[in-house]
Amino acid sequence: MQALRKRHLTSSQSIYFLLLLTTVIIICMMMLMVFVWSPSNFEEDQFRFSRSINTNEIVTIHTTQKIKTLPRDTSCTFHTCLEVYQCGYNDETKISVYVYPIKSFEDENSEELTLSRSKEFDEILQAITDSDFYTSDPNTACLFIPSVDMLNQNNLNLKNVGRVLASLEWWKDGSNHLLFNMVAGSSPDFHSVVEVDTGRAVIAGSGFSSLSYRRIFDVSIPMFNPLVSGLQLPVFSNNHAKKYLLISSQLGLHQEYLQVLRQLHEEDDQFLLLNTCPNHQKPWNYTQRCHNSKIYNYPHVLQNSTFCLVLRGSRLGQPALSDAMQAGCIPVVVADGYVMPFSEVLDWTRAAVEVREDDLADIIKIIKTYSPERIQQMQKQVKYYYDKYFSSLKAIALTTLQIINDRVFPYAGKSYEYWNDIPKSNVVQNPLFLPLSPPKSQGFTAVILTFDRLESLFQVIKRVAKVPSLAKVVVVWNNQNKAAPPMSSWPYIGKPIKVIQTKKNKLSNRFVPYDEIETECILALDDDIIMLTDDEVEFGYEVWREFPDRLVGFPSRLHLWDNSTQKWKYESEWTNEISMVLTGAAFYHKYFSYLYTNSMPGNMKLWVDDHMNCEDIAMNFLMANMTGKAPIKVTPRKKFKCPQCVNNEMLSADLTHMVERSECINKFTSIYDTMPLKSIEFRADPVLYKDNYPGILKKFNDVGSL
Amino acid sequence: MQAIQRYILVTVCGIFVILGYVCLNRLSHVGQRRNGPKILRSYVDWGDFSFNEDLHLSTKFRRSVPSQTYRQRCRMSSCFDFSLCENGFKVYVYPSWKNVVSDTFSQILTAIEQSRYYTNDPKQACLFIPNVDTLDQDKLSHDFVHDVQSKLSALPYWNNGRNHIIFNIFSGTWPDYTENVGFDFGEAILAKASLSVSKFRYGFDISFPLVAKDHVLKGGDKGYLYSSSNNIPSPREYLLAFKGKRYLTGKGSETRNSLYHVHNGKDIVLLTTCRHGKSWEKNKDARCDEDNREYDKYDYKKLLYNSTFCLVPRGRRLGSFRFLEVLQAACIPVLLSNRWELPFSEVIDWSKAVVSADERLLLQVPSIVRSISQSEILFYRQQTQFIWETYLSSVEKIVLTTLEIIKSRIKRHKSRANKLWNLEPGALSILPEFSDVMEKFPFFYHQLGTKPGDKFTAVIYATTPIALASAPLFRTLRNVAKSQNVVKIIVLWHCDIPPPPSHKWPGDLGVPVLVKTRNIKTISARFFPFKEIETDAIWSLEEDSLLTTDEVDFAFSVWQEFPERIVGYPARNHYWDEIKQRWSYTSKWSNEYSMVLTGAAVYHRYYNFLYTHQLPPEVIDTVDQSNNCHDILFNFLVSHVTKLAPIKVTQRKVYQESALTNVNLNASKPLSWLQQHHFTQREQCMNTFTQHFGTMPLIRSKTRMDPLLFKDPVSNMRKKYRQIETV
Repeated sequence: MQALRKRHLTSSQSIYFLLLLTTVIIICMMMLMVFVWSPSNFEEDQFRFSRSINTNEIVTIHTTQKIKTLPRDTSCTFHTCLEVYQCGYNDETKISVYVYPIKSFEDENSEELTLSRSKEFDEILQAITDSDFYTSDPNTACLFIPSVDMLNQNNLNLKNVGRVLASLEWWKDGSNHLLFNMVAGSSPDFHSVVEVDTGRAVIAGSGFSSLSYRRIFDVSIPMFNPLVSGLQLPVFSNNHAKKYLLISSQLGLHQEYLQVLRQLHEEDDQFLLLNTCPNHQKPWNYTQRCHNSKIYNYPHVLQNSTFCLVLRGSRLGQPALSDAMQAGCIPVVVADGYVMPFSEVLDWTRAAVEVREDDLADIIKIIKTYSPERIQQMQKQVKYYYDKYFSSLKAIALTTLQIINDRVFPYAGKSYEYWNDIPKSNVVQNPLFLPLSPPKSQGFTAVILTFDRLESLFQVIKRVAKVPSLAKVVVVWNNQNKAAPPMSSWPYIGKPIKVIQTKKNKLSNRFVPYDEIETECILALDDDIIMLTDDEVEFGYEVWREFPDRLVGFPSRLHLWDNSTQKWKYESEWTNEISMVLTGAAFYHKYFSYLYTNSMPGNMKLWVDDHMNCEDIAMNFLMANMTGKAPIKVTPRKKFKCPQCVNNEMLSADLTHMVERSECINKFTSIYDTMPLKSIEFRADPVLYKDNYPGILKKFNDVGSL
Repeated sequence: MQAIQRYILVTVCGIFVILGYVCLNRLSHVGQRRNGPKILRSYVDWGDFSFNEDLHLSTKFRRSVPSQTYRQRCRMSSCFDFSLCENGFKVYVYPSWKNVVSDTFSQILTAIEQSRYYTNDPKQACLFIPNVDTLDQDKLSHDFVHDVQSKLSALPYWNNGRNHIIFNIFSGTWPDYTENVGFDFGEAILAKASLSVSKFRYGFDISFPLVAKDHVLKGGDKGYLYSSSNNIPSPREYLLAFKGKRYLTGKGSETRNSLYHVHNGKDIVLLTTCRHGKSWEKNKDARCDEDNREYDKYDYKKLLYNSTFCLVPRGRRLGSFRFLEVLQAACIPVLLSNRWELPFSEVIDWSKAVVSADERLLLQVPSIVRSISQSEILFYRQQTQFIWETYLSSVEKIVLTTLEIIKSRIKRHKSRANKLWNLEPGALSILPEFSDVMEKFPFFYHQLGTKPGDKFTAVIYATTPIALASAPLFRTLRNVAKSQNVVKIIVLWHCDIPPPPSHKWPGDLGVPVLVKTRNIKTISARFFPFKEIETDAIWSLEEDSLLTTDEVDFAFSVWQEFPERIVGYPARNHYWDEIKQRWSYTSKWSNEYSMVLTGAAVYHRYYNFLYTHQLPPEVIDTVDQSNNCHDILFNFLVSHVTKLAPIKVTQRKVYQESALTNVNLNASKPLSWLQQHHFTQREQCMNTFTQHFGTMPLIRSKTRMDPLLFKDPVSNMRKKYRQIETV
C-alpha cells in the first residue's frame, strides 16, 4: 500500500515535472526564435547599403589643393552635356546608375567640407541602390550620383561642396552626374537653382523658374515635406462636402499679396485666409494656422477645401504644393515662371489651376468657372499624382530616374497615358483610331477553316469566288491525319487559293495572322456556309469598309443576364438585340488576328483550344474590349448552312451546346473582369433595301432572304 | 528516477537563464543603437522651410525684366500685355500687305484674316501681325527682305514688339546658318522654324513647321494612309529610307556623310548625292561618284510611300522640308537632328508619332527601328496621319494651331487639356468653352467607357401659324411626347404671327414644352446652343414631321452607338458634275448618300455649339440670307470634324407632310420655279462651303440601319419597333 502510494505520488509528480519541462522548453524555443530573428534587425542599420557604398573612409581635400570647378553651364542640353555612349551598356532600354561610396570629406584641419547626410538624402540613395537602375560598376554606368547631400542649400558651404564634387573620380565637369536639391538659393536673392558650381551636371531641383530650368536636361521635382508627409490624414469619401472653396495657408507671404487676399476674404466667406497664430513666437508651430484667433490644424484644414492656394514666396517652390495634394486639395498655383514638378511628363492642366500673379485678385472668379465634374476629376488626379509621384522620397527619386531614362531611350519611353491616366478597367485604346476607310481595291481575303468536309468546302469556295472584291482564298487545313488534296483537284476560281497545313488541330488556327493574308480585311468563313449570296458578301465588305474597327458579319447572337442563376446566358433566338457576330461568316481587320494570336489575355486561347469551342465568342470579347464598340450584323440573313431547313436552323442548338457557350461567356467575363460586349438594336441593310424601286438600279439586289 | 528528473530540470533552467541573459543583453544593445548617434538629421527644419518671409521690394518689380536681357528672358508673364486681351482673343493684321510680301507670308496673313479671330480694329486687338515679311532672313536668298528692323519699329502699334508675332522660316546663311534671325524683334513672340531646344523660349515662342512654297492655303494633300493599306505587318517594301543631299562642307555634313554606313541596299536604303550648288565637283570626295550612281536608281516620292520608316536627318538647319513630306506619306519619321524643337512641341506629343534617334549613335538606328513592334508601327503610322491632317496639311491649319496655342496661354483655366491635342478629332475641333471635361464631347464615349445620356431633347422648328387643334405641329408634339426617352420639347417659333396661347396647346403630353419666340430671327437659330438643351442628344424636327414614335425611338437608339454622327431619315447625296466642273446636290434615290438632313435627325448638342461659335460669320450669312442650306452646312461641319459619313435609318425618305403632297401632285410635272430656285441655291451653297472648308468634307455611305427584325417574315408581335414596318 505504502509502495503503491509512493508510486502514485511519483506519477503525479512526474506529470507536474513533464508540464514544467515542456513549458521551459517552449520558452527556450521562443527565446531562440528571438535570438535567431533579431540579428537581421540589428544589422539593418549597419547594412542599409552594401559595403561598397557605405564606407567609413575619410577623404582629405587640402584647402590649398587646386581643384578646377566649373559654374553651372546654363547652355546645357541633353545632347550637348550628357554622354550617351555608356548608356546602353547593359540594357538597351534602361540606364544604369552608379552611386558614389559614402565618404566624409574633410580639410587638413579635420573640418568637414560637406554636411553629414540627412535622412531624406539617405532615403533617396537607398531607393536608387535598391532599384533596377542601380549598378555597382562605374565603368558601365550611364549616370552617377555623388553621395554628397545638397538637398538644402542653407548651411551648405557652397565653395567647399563645389570642390568636393569636382574632386570626384568620374566627375568630368559634371557630365552624366545627377544632383538632388530641394531648397535652393538663400536670402536675399533666393536663386531658383542651387548655387554650387555644378558644371554640366543634371540638377533635380525643386524651385526652378522657366529661366533657370534647362528643359529636357534638368528635372523639376517636388519639395518633400518631412514635417507632414508621414501624417495619416483621415480618409473621406469622394463626395465629402467641402466647407471652403479656397484656403490660403502659407506663412510669410509678401505684404502685397496679403493685401489682395484680405480683400478677397472680405468679399467671399468661402475663402479662408490663414496665417500665423497671434500668440505664437518664432519659430512658429508648423502644424497650426490661425484665422484671427481661431486655431486650425495644418494640414488637416486643407481637407476642408476644394482648392488650395500655392503662392510664390521668397522661393518659387513651396511645400504648400505637396501639402495641398496630400490633403486631396486642388492646388491653385500662383507663381509666374515656376516649373511645376515633373512637368516634362505630368499634365498639370488635369490636376492644378495655374494663375498668373497679376490675376491674383480674380482668383475666386477663375476657380468658380470649373464645373463640378471637372473638379471631381481633378481631385482624383491630384490624389493619383500624389500617391504615385510625390508621397515618398523613393517615388521622387525613381520618377526622376525614369524621366532621364525616357530621354536616353525615347523610343522605349513611357507614354503620356502611363504617366497621367488613372488605370481604369473600362477605358479602351482603339488600335484603329484613325477614321480610315480602307481602299476598296485591296479587296478581302477569305480565310476558311476546314477539317475534312471537302465537298462542302469546295462549294463555299466556288460561292465566295463570285464576289467581285475577293482577293484571295486562304484555307486553313486543320486535319492532321489527312493532307490537303493536290492543287489540281481544287476548283478553278480565277483567284489565288492558298492552303495552310496547320501543325495541330486547334480552333485558334483560324485567327493566326498568316503572311499569306495580304489584305487588311479578312472574311472568316466556316466550311459549311453555303447560303450567302455574292451580293450579300460584297455588301458586307462595303459595310466593313465603313466600320473597319468592328466585326461585321451575318450570324448574330446575344448575351443576356439570367437573374435566376445570376449568370450570363448565350442566346441564339431571333431577337431585337444582338451583341455578337459569329466568325462563321464575318469581316474584320487583320490586326485583330494579330492581337488574338499575340496578346489575348489570360488563358483564353488555351480555354478555346481545350474546349474546341467559343473561338468566335473570344474574338467578340477581344474586339469589344479593344474598341468599346458593338459588332454590326449585315442583312436579314439568318440561315447559312442548309437550304432545306425550314425552321430556326440551329443544328447545334442542343442543350449542351448552349450550356457550353454560356459557360464560355461567363469564363471570358471573369478573365476580362468586366463584360465588354455591347448590345445594339439595328442591322445594316443596303440603302434601297425593300424599296419600291426598279431592281436594276439597286446595287445589291440579291439581299433579303433569310 | 527523481534525481535524474531534478538534474534535467536544473540544467534546463540553467540554459534558460543563460539564454535570457544573452537576449536581454542584445535587446538593450538595440535600444542603445536606436537612440544613439545613428539617427540621421532631417534635411530641413522649421526655420528654413517656409518661414522665410518674402521681403522682396515689390512683387511687380520682381516680375519685370531688365531690358538688356529680355531676348532670352521673355516669357508670357514678362513680355506680354494681357490687358489687351480682356475683350477676347482678337488678332489684328497690319493692312496693305498685298503684293509686297512673299507667297507663303501672304498665305499666312490671308489665313489669319479669314479666321474667326480676325479684327480690323487695332483697338480691339490682343495680337498684332506685322505686314513686314520676315519669313526669309537668309541673306543669300531671293526672298530676303532688307532692313526689317526699321520697318518693324515704324509700325504704329509696335510698342517694342509687345503682343506681336514675328514669323520666320529661314535664318542665317552659309556656312554656319546661325539661328539668330539677325534683327531685333524686341519683346515679340517668335514663331520660327528649325528652333533648337536651347534657343527656344518655352511657353513664349512657337516652334513653327518649315512650310514649303507650294503649301496650300486650305485643304491640303490628304495623308497617304487614307488611300493605302494600314495593314500588319507593314506592307511597305523598305524598312528605312532616305534620299537627299550630302553636304561636302559647312554645317550639317557630319550626319549625312556617315549615312552610307547604315545603307544595305535591301530593306534599308539611305541615298545621298554630292550634287548641289555650282561647284560641288571641286570639293568632291572619294565616295561621291558611287553615291551618285546609287542615288539615281531610286525615286524620292516612291521611296517615301514604300518605306515604313523614313530618316529625317538635319540639313543645313535643324528642320527640313522632308519632315512634312514624310508625315504626309505616312512614313514614320526617324529623327537624326539633335536639339531640334519639333513643330508645335508645346502641344503635340511627338513621341506618339516619331522615333527620336541620336546623331551620336547613328549606327544604332537599324537596331532601334527593328526593335519597334508591329503594334507600335500601326499606332505611329496612324498618328503621323492624324497630326498631318489636323495641324499641318495646310497653311490655314498651321496658322490656326499657332493662334490656338497662344490663345490657350492667355486664359489658362479656359484652355483645353493637353490630351485633347493628341486625340482624334484634334484640338481645333474642340472648343474648350463648351465644357472642361472630355465626357461632354461626342468623340470620346467609346474610349472612356461611358455612354451618352439615354434621354433627348426634341427641338421642333415651326414656321406656320396655327389655326386648328389638328395642326401638324400638335400631332408631331404628341408623337414625340409618347417616346420614353424625351425629357423636353423645345419649339422654335420662326413666324411673324405669334404662337397660340398656352391653353390651346395640347395639355396632356407629360413632357414640358418650351416655345421660343425671342431671337429666332434666322434659320441658323435652329442650331443655337440654347441653355435649355441639357441632354447630350438633340432630336431635330420640323413642325409637319410624319415620324412615328417608334421611328423617333429607333433613330435615337442607333445614335447612341454613333454619338459623333448625324443619325436620321432624309438622306441626300452629292456628286462631281463633270460638265459644270463643280459639286452638285441631289435628292434622288440612290445606292449611296452623304448627308442626312436635320429636318428629322438626332445629333449631339456639341455640334450646335460648334456651328454657332466656330463657323466664321460670312458662312453663316450665306445660310441666313438665303434661308436655305443650313442643313447642308451642318453636314459639312460634322463630316469635316469626324471624317465620317452620317447614318440613315430605315426606309423613310420623305419626312414632311408638305413634301409628301408635293411628291404626289408633281410626280410627273417638272419642278416648280420655287423648287428650282431652292435647288440651285443649294448647289451654290455646296460650292461656297467647299471653298470655305478648302476641301469636300462629305463622306458617302452605302449602308442604312434598320431594326434587327425589320421586314423579316416573323410575327409583328416579336418586333420591338412595329410602327416602322407599316411606314
